Order: sequence, then C-alpha cells, then structure tokens
Amino acid sequence: MSDTLKNTLLFAVIGVLILLTGFLQSWNTALVILNMGLISAICALGVNLQWGFAGLFNVGVMGFIALGGLATVLVSMPPVEGAWGAGGFQVLSGLVSGALVIAAAIFAYNKMPGGKARTAVILIILVGGFFIYRAVFDPGVEAIEAVNPALEGYLGGLGLPVLLAWPVGGLLAAGAAWIIGKTALGLRSDYLAIATLGIAEIIIAVLKNEDWLSRGVKNVIGVPRPLPYEVDLQESAEFLGWAEWLGLDPVTASTLFVKLGYAVLFAIVLGIIFWMAQKALHSPWGRMMRAIRDNEVAAEAMGKDVTRRHLQIFILGSAVCGIAGAMMTTLDGQLTPSSYQPLRFTFLIWVMVIVGGSGSNLGAVLGGFLIWFLWVQVEPLGLMLMDMVTYGMAADSPLRQHLLDAAPHMRLFTMGLVLLLVLRFSPRGLIPEK
Amino acid sequence: MELLNAIVVLANYVIIPAVSYGSQLALGALGVTLIYGILRFSNFAHGDTMAFGTMVTVLFTWWFQSMGISAGPLPTALLALPLGILATMGMVLGTDRLVYRFYRRQKAKPIILVMASLGVMFITNGIVRFIIGPGDQRFADGERFIISVRDFKAMTGLPEGLKIRTTEGLTVITAVIVVALLFWFLNRTRTGKSMRAYSDNEDLALLSGINPERVVMVTWLIVATLITIAGTLYGLDKSFKPFVYFQLLLPIFASAIVGGLGNPLGAIAGGFVIAFSEVTITYAWKKVLGYLMPESLAPDGLVQLLSTDYKFAVSFVILLIVLLFKPTGLFQGKSV
Repeated sequence: MSDTLKNTLLFAVIGVLILLTGFLQSWNTALVILNMGLISAICALGVNLQWGFAGLFNVGVMGFIALGGLATVLVSMPPVEGAWGAGGFQVLSGLVSGALVIAAAIFAYNKMPGGKARTAVILIILVGGFFIYRAVFDPGVEAIEAVNPALEGYLGGLGLPVLLAWPVGGLLAAGAAWIIGKTALGLRSDYLAIATLGIAEIIIAVLKNEDWLSRGVKNVIGVPRPLPYEVDLQESAEFLGWAEWLGLDPVTASTLFVKLGYAVLFAIVLGIIFWMAQKALHSPWGRMMRAIRDNEVAAEAMGKDVTRRHLQIFILGSAVCGIAGAMMTTLDGQLTPSSYQPLRFTFLIWVMVIVGGSGSNLGAVLGGFLIWFLWVQVEPLGLMLMDMVTYGMAADSPLRQHLLDAAPHMRLFTMGLVLLLVLRFSPRGLIPEK
Repeated sequence: MELLNAIVVLANYVIIPAVSYGSQLALGALGVTLIYGILRFSNFAHGDTMAFGTMVTVLFTWWFQSMGISAGPLPTALLALPLGILATMGMVLGTDRLVYRFYRRQKAKPIILVMASLGVMFITNGIVRFIIGPGDQRFADGERFIISVRDFKAMTGLPEGLKIRTTEGLTVITAVIVVALLFWFLNRTRTGKSMRAYSDNEDLALLSGINPERVVMVTWLIVATLITIAGTLYGLDKSFKPFVYFQLLLPIFASAIVGGLGNPLGAIAGGFVIAFSEVTITYAWKKVLGYLMPESLAPDGLVQLLSTDYKFAVSFVILLIVLLFKPTGLFQGKSV
C-alpha cells in the first residue's frame, strides 16, 4: 500500500468517525468535535515543530495556550469605563518601572567589572527597585479592582476585532518562549523540560491571581465573536428563509451555522500553518534542524549555531501554540483560568504528536483529530464500562459509588498508557517521518 | 525584650516552618538527584510516585486507626510508613522493569526516558486519584504540639508565643536520621561505593565488574524509601492531596538543580535554599518589623513581598538564576 493511499485512508477514518457522530449523536456534537479537533491539530503542529523538527521537550504547552487566551481578552474585550482613569496608567507605569529596574540590573552586570562591588550594586538595584515597583503598582491595582468588582474590576481590553487576537496570542507566547529559551536552551536537554513545566504553572498562577489583568478566577465572559450570534440569526428574515429551504428548524440551523463558520475559520488557519510547516520541513532550514536534532555535535562542527537555532524553533513552536490558545478562547467565548489543566492542555497535545508520528506534520494533524475524538468519546464509554463492571453490585454499595465517581480519572491512566505503548512499540507513530 | 519578641515571631512563622519544609524538599531532591546520577534522566514521575507512597501509607493509617492501633503520642502514620515504603518499592521496581529498562538497554537519549517518565507520571496520578480520589485527606493524629503557644507564653512570660508541632519536630528528626543513614550507606558500604563509582564513570564501573542492574535496583529501592518518607512527612505536616504532590515537582527539581544535579549534599542544601526563600518571600513581615523598628517607622502594610499564590514562582526564579549564572549548581553537580 502506498503512503498516499494509507494516509488518505487514515484521514478518511477520522472523517467517518466524525460523520458517524453526526448521524448517531447529533450534528452539533460532531461539529464541536471537529472544531476542537482543528485547534488541537494546530497545537500539535506547534509541538511537532519543537519536538519533531528539533527534539526540544516542551512540558509547558498549557502555559502558551493560556497566554493566547489572555491575548483574546486583552485585544477584544471593550475597555472598562473608568478603570483606566482609576489606575490603569499607574499599573502600566508600575510595570514599566519594574522593567527598568531589571534593565538597570542587566546594564550594571554588563558594564561593571565582576566582583563584590558589582554583586552589591545589582542587589541594591533589584531590592530597591522591587519596593519602588510595588509602591507604584499596588495602589493602581487596588483602584482598578475597586471599579464595579461584581462585573468588571479589571482593565478590559482594547476593543479591537477578535481575529486580531490570534496573531497577538502568538506574539505573547513567543515572548514567554524567548525568556525561557534564552535561559534553559544550550544546557542539558531536561532543563528545558523543567523550565517549561515551571513557566506554565506560573502563567496559570498569574492568570488566576492578577484580577486587574484577567479577572482571575472570576473569569471573563462574553468575549466578542468573529461570527454573528445565534439569536440574531434567528431574527433575520434572510436566514430564516435559508433554514426553511434546508428543512431545519431555526434554532438548530443557527447553531450549526455558527459552528460551521468557526470550522471554516479554523480550517483556514490550520491550512496556512500546515502549509508553512511543510515548506519549512522541506527547506534547507528544515533539513538543518533535523541534522541538528540527529547529531548536535556534527551539526556544530559544520558551523551551525545549535543554541540559536533551537531558540528560533522553540519560539516559533510556542507561537503556534499561542495562536491555537487564542482560537480556543474565542471559540469558548470566555477565559476561565481555573480550567487550564496540565493533563488536558500539555499532555494530551503530546499524545497527539507521538501517536500521529513525531517529525511528520501530516501525522501531527492526524493525531490532533484522532486523539481529540477519542478524548471526547472515551468518557461516556468509560462510564458505561464502569456501569457494566459494577452491574452486579447493590445500587447503594459504597464500592460501586466510588468506582463510578472515579471513572473520569481513568482518562489520565488511559492517556499515559497510550503514550507509553506508542513510545515503546511504535515510536515512529501512525504517519512516520520520511 | 522587643528584640526577643521579634526573634520568637520570626522563629514561629519563618524558621521552624522553613526548616521542616526544607527537610521535606531535601528528601525529595535527594531522590531526584540519585536517579539523575545513576539512571541519568530527570524523573518527572517523582511527585506522583511520592503521592502513591503517601496514599498507601494513608490507607494503612486509616486501617490501623480503625483497629485501634496507635503509636501513642506519635502519629499512627509512622507505623504504616514501612508498609507504604514496601508498596512504593514494588511500584518503582515494576515501572523500571516494564518501562525504563527497555530504553536503558537501547541506550536511548535521556529525553526519551524523561518522556517515558511523563507517561509513568500520568498513569501513577490516575491510579492515585482512582483509589483515593482527588480531594484533601487528613491522617495526622497523636499529640499535636511539642510546645504550644500557651505553654511557651506561660514558660517565658513573653507576649509572643512559639509553637513547635509534633510533625515539624518529627520531620526534622526523621530527615536527619535518613540522611545520616544514606550518607553512611553511600560512603561506607560496598554497594554504596559501587553506586558512586557507577555514577562517576559508567564504563569504568562496568569494567571493574559492577553489576549495573543491581546498582539500578538498589537506587530505586533507596529512592522509593526517601520519597515515601518525604511524602508522608509532608502529608502529616499539611495534608494529602494528589495535585499538590504533582506541583511539588517544581520546588523539588529546583532544589536538586540549585544544589547541583547528581550531588546528594547539594540536594540537601538546595532544599533548604528553596524552602527558606519561599517562606521568607511569601511571609508578611509586619509583625517582626513592628518589634524591631521604632514606633514611628513601623510599617502600615503587611510587608509581604509576594502573595503565597506565587510561591512556585520563587523556586522558579531561583532556578532560572542558577541556570543563567551557575548551571552546575552551588555544589559541583554533573556536567551540564
């Protein structure tokens, strides 16, 4: 069987699975799976850039996705009336002074001769600067959080179109990746893993606690959409005419229309990123990356700057994850920092890449769809299984209750198992790298 | 008198908690460092293996409690601890046999082992949540305090009280005993010496007839003991919650790297560096400064440098600084 035929068949299987969901469950569910599948595929492409092309292990995918989500809020939410006046500029000047302090410390580090004097000066700059920063920053935060705390209490965004947030999400993630890459790359390979694990936890902590920025655990809801609302559609005469022509009732038709609209938007982004990733893979740059991955020492001997190239691709891959994160928040219409779980947002993406075939872009896309489909459909299956296992027990038996309650945790177990099995028995994945 | 009060407050809220937290981190970091030295990869499953060991201990503790067995003033968990260690030993040997050995024989890149350990981490996490659930579990019993605030005030007549909880005292004593035993083992026994030789130079060790599988097995056994003890002590001190143990991974890694990966002495030092920084930076200094400064200068705010929600940021920043300026850690660790 030729590769093309095999790949087409694999994708056809995904298509059939989604169509079956449509026929057997509902078309809404099928489209929800399709949409998240598209986003997952983009994320998997980003991780594949890092792992498949360059062999970099990023355990902080969740953090970059969350940054993308934050970008959506910062770009598209309307600015909060009064919050900017109350403390917005003070917070900004606090942040600027913080950045200046760090810049001053770096300047001192670079310009002064090494020794005790330099250490002392840097310490004084950092400690003194920290207190200045807090003195400027804290009152501003308090003022902002006091503005209509029940509904707002944060700065809001810029009120720009939400589609603009997608590239901005990529930029934010790229910035964070630069900081991490700059420190952890060039050292042992596991250091990057540890550093990314840390940054992801910290980004989530910031989102949860900095209420002035993201409303923290109070969540930002009602993020603007790039598409019309269902309610408006149901009132438009033109749309009602369409729905009638198709023989659907207006409510179903409008929800399907919106979801299809998202699917088209996401498919366009996926198409562009996939095309770019393919071009990159087959360019001299892509060959150089794989050469570095396969033998760093040899590549370095050939005059390649391994650390810089790693930094480059690490930033690119993280930016792709950031874009996907912004799209996800746009689709949900809300930013809920407490919903970011490492299992769902880091680990699942990894399983997608490994199962699909690391190093192969087509594999990453396939893995994104397949694993997402399984992730959604395994939960009801797991519950059914538990129901069957506990069938013989009394309805109020505590063991039965415990098993039923614990069924969702089996996802962790299953995904870990899938990863280990694929890693061991089929390390090249479904669509291997050529 | 003012100074004395300040010292008492400082000891009560900063020094004692940091020492006990530092001991727990040090035990955890010793495990990471040993695995790194012998098996040559960063074990991401560490936190969740810790949770597994603690979970077994908690379950046996509850069973003992229900049968009315207790250790008097000490927590019952101490009696259950050996059983927890045995179970963890079984588990780590099982995962080594099923997962890691294959890659070791293949001489796979360390990053593949790291990835496999991530898989093990999720499986372990799933098992723990499946058995005991994701919620908070308390299992401490016995005498709560060695010195309570009221006793201390009565004894000294100071307005500020000092308390030492049993679990804190227990943590420090246990950590000292365990670390002493570990160093005695590594430096004095034949097996310990072969472990160090293997860690220093694998090929040379193999040439001198050291059996690598035996070294690896002994390492896992020691690691299982260390982390079950660390996890149980942490659980006694605070409470047992699987997700918190996963999050402990970051400070534990930070401790091991700050001290120098692969260096046991460094792991201990690193544990205390991280613990003290975390506690001092997230502690509200108002009370201490209030005693130390003249009344007119006393601070109005809490003088808390960072809110406790960011305690992981502290270990992370220290980690970044060490990676930037001294990637081999404070004590010379393994090569970068």
